[in-house]
Amino acid sequence: MILQRFFIRLFTMAITLLGVSVVVFVIIRVAPGNPIAMMLPPGATDADIERLRALYGLDKSILQQYGIWLSGVLQGDFGTSISLRQDVLGLVLNRLPATLELSIVALLIALAIGGPLAVIGAREQGTGVEAGIDVANGAALSIPDFLWGLALILLFGVLWPIFEISGRVSPRLDLPFATQFYLFESILRLRFDLTKDLISHMFIPALALALPLAAIISQLLKLSLKEVMTLDYVVLARVKGFSETQVILREALKNAALPALTLIGVQFTFLIGGTVIIERLFSYEGLGNMAIDAVINRDLPLIQGIVLVFALLFVTINLIVDMTYALLNPRLRHG
Amino acid sequence: MTLTRRQILAYGASALALSAIGFPTGAMAQSDELVIAYNVNLPSWDPTTGPSAVNPTIQGIYQSVFDQFIPQAPDLSFGSGLLTEWGWSDDKKQIHMTVRDGVTWHDGSPFTAEDVVWSLERAGKEETGNPIQFVWKNLSNFQVDGNKITADAAGYDPALFKWMSFLTGYIMPKAYYEKVGAEGFEASPIGTGPYMVDKFERNAFVRLKAYPGYWGDKPAYENVTIKFVGDAASRVAEVESGSSHVTLEIPYEEYDRLIAKDDLAGSIDTVSDIGMIFLNDIEVMNDPNVRKAAVMAVDKKLLVDRLLRGYGLPIDTLETPEYEAFDPSIKVEYNPEKAVELLKASGYSTDNPVKFTIQTTKGFKPKDYEMVQAIVGMWRKVGIEANIEVYEIAKHYELRAADQLAPAAFYNWGNAIGDPTTSTGFAMYGPSPHSVWDGQDVIDAINPLWGEADEEKRIAGWKAVSKLIADNAYVLPLIQYAQPIVHAKGVNVVPHKSGALLPALMTPAS
Repeated sequence: MILQRFFIRLFTMAITLLGVSVVVFVIIRVAPGNPIAMMLPPGATDADIERLRALYGLDKSILQQYGIWLSGVLQGDFGTSISLRQDVLGLVLNRLPATLELSIVALLIALAIGGPLAVIGAREQGTGVEAGIDVANGAALSIPDFLWGLALILLFGVLWPIFEISGRVSPRLDLPFATQFYLFESILRLRFDLTKDLISHMFIPALALALPLAAIISQLLKLSLKEVMTLDYVVLARVKGFSETQVILREALKNAALPALTLIGVQFTFLIGGTVIIERLFSYEGLGNMAIDAVINRDLPLIQGIVLVFALLFVTINLIVDMTYALLNPRLRHG
Repeated sequence: MTLTRRQILAYGASALALSAIGFPTGAMAQSDELVIAYNVNLPSWDPTTGPSAVNPTIQGIYQSVFDQFIPQAPDLSFGSGLLTEWGWSDDKKQIHMTVRDGVTWHDGSPFTAEDVVWSLERAGKEETGNPIQFVWKNLSNFQVDGNKITADAAGYDPALFKWMSFLTGYIMPKAYYEKVGAEGFEASPIGTGPYMVDKFERNAFVRLKAYPGYWGDKPAYENVTIKFVGDAASRVAEVESGSSHVTLEIPYEEYDRLIAKDDLAGSIDTVSDIGMIFLNDIEVMNDPNVRKAAVMAVDKKLLVDRLLRGYGLPIDTLETPEYEAFDPSIKVEYNPEKAVELLKASGYSTDNPVKFTIQTTKGFKPKDYEMVQAIVGMWRKVGIEANIEVYEIAKHYELRAADQLAPAAFYNWGNAIGDPTTSTGFAMYGPSPHSVWDGQDVIDAINPLWGEADEEKRIAGWKAVSKLIADNAYVLPLIQYAQPIVHAKGVNVVPHKSGALLPALMTPAS
């Protein structure tokens, strides 16, 4: 049953990606802005314009361009970036790990903040503590992540400068890494000096990304916990003499976490989307930062490559969440 | 709420963990190196090909690593560099150049006249993708005799040697490039400039190290890190927190705030960038009264004083005071009363205003949108009702190349070599894809100047073109921009009129 569900999801993934590729390809070609016009030097002639259009294949119809691009993608060739003059797939794969690490750290921070707040809120139902948590959640949700970023730059970068406010790693450090997953590799290599430097750079942008998600986790998990805590088996645990904290952590949390899981997965994809602005703000060398440059330069092949990889990431995360939910939920597991 | 012992211990542990992750000393720039928060990324290390080659802002980084054929001093004057002498033959059919002896590339190999010839030949080939190929392709039949080079020129170009100080005018290492190829060069570029590339993380930073074999004066800073910080607020935080020593291109309000601090200083000098409004020869702009009224109704000094906090210079032509063809006698008066009269002569008034669209970017240049809003307000008072259309700079380029801009369109124009061909020439010469006004009188006035061999006559001719343009209000020149640079008081910064921020010109303050 789960295997069947997996293959159906794989099929819908492929359809989604194809749809995304068509939409993106058409939109960026009909949107205002011409990459050739941006490259024109003073004194360029009409012949120069035509030469550049032919060089980048822009003299063909959109359908022809799409056909050429898609057949290339299916063979692993995403084309060449107009502004960077390098292989798009290589550029994207080079940047993806930085964005993934930032997103994962942000998710962990969100869980670390949102989880305990949910438990405290559920335990302190109807008190001032719960009301305080609700107010904090409201504030965290209503302020967009880039504003959190600016506020955190001011706080931790200027007023109390204990964190780095730009870049991914200190330029003066020599990096022994074999992959672009600097943070994970520094931990595996036991190079905690580098880990500290990487986290020092990553902490503020990750926190800015995490705060809205932490609020969502907190609210959702708290509601779920409150619902579960009225069920008979939880009441029985109380009767057995467990403390309220023990009841929540040992009995209620497991079942309450399940409904929250799906939404956290969806929200995680939004968090990855948020990296575009946050990476720019913190000059963090990830995929989002590169996406903004690509859009400014109307670098069509690079925009297509980045959007396709983002789309692949989103559908993969959704697949993982869906499969995890199916595995954890007995009703789905046993059909 | 009272805290339990357990809670106090937990909070204490959390604070300790936060302090451990935080890096109080690491967040400050090291004193033995210069750290610059730069406003743009460096997309490519080849300064002669691709879109980045024509991005004026990046030139400061290129000029740290590579030498141009002819260097330009901070006041835009030309000096002796890798070429120590250059010029045209008497019949203006050949050029000659003398190459400096004793220069080495960053890999230690000798720099020769062959490198100069190869760089010029490569720049002139269509397939290499040099955006200024239309200039370099006119040179051929290079002959080398020791450190002397001669070449045939397809025609006399008075700005040719000035281009050697401008976009794509860099000397590249022939032997090294042929050995490592384009990809190898991107991975490990070498030049003859004051700094060599020590480490480069795309979109993050470049770490430069002073080249011990540099032919010129040794730079004061042994190590320079240039961080690419695209967001202005982040650049402000970088220099305010001490993470960077120098930054540039920040809002004027922030500039004033930062230089008031005890540990920061700054400079805000005019650069070779101007703000202007293109007028298109369509619709109501074909009425000279409307054009002249639109130009006369704008109080440029007020724009500079109120919007740019006094930083900038009102201009009357597309030539700034540093440019060769600048003519201080050409004045366009601010006269709203006369503007009203002119409009009245064409049947317009505040009750029956002339209407057209003005296009502008928003945030591409400092206060661009606000400036256009203020201008529209000034126009309204004399009987012009302009509708503001905001677009992205990419759209501007597209529309301008297709000659489809609105009757009025705000833009900025850079001209670091100060020659009239690359300012008034390309901006106002109808057949150029960058021009918007296509009037035949301007084309006829410019045509004989492209190849004028008599320099005095040429410059006088361009001044006459500027006068023609001003008298007929074919364009609305607005202001010469000022570039804000903020730096730690421990660093001396020499601003460059081209807007290039050059670490080699920075020295520790005594």
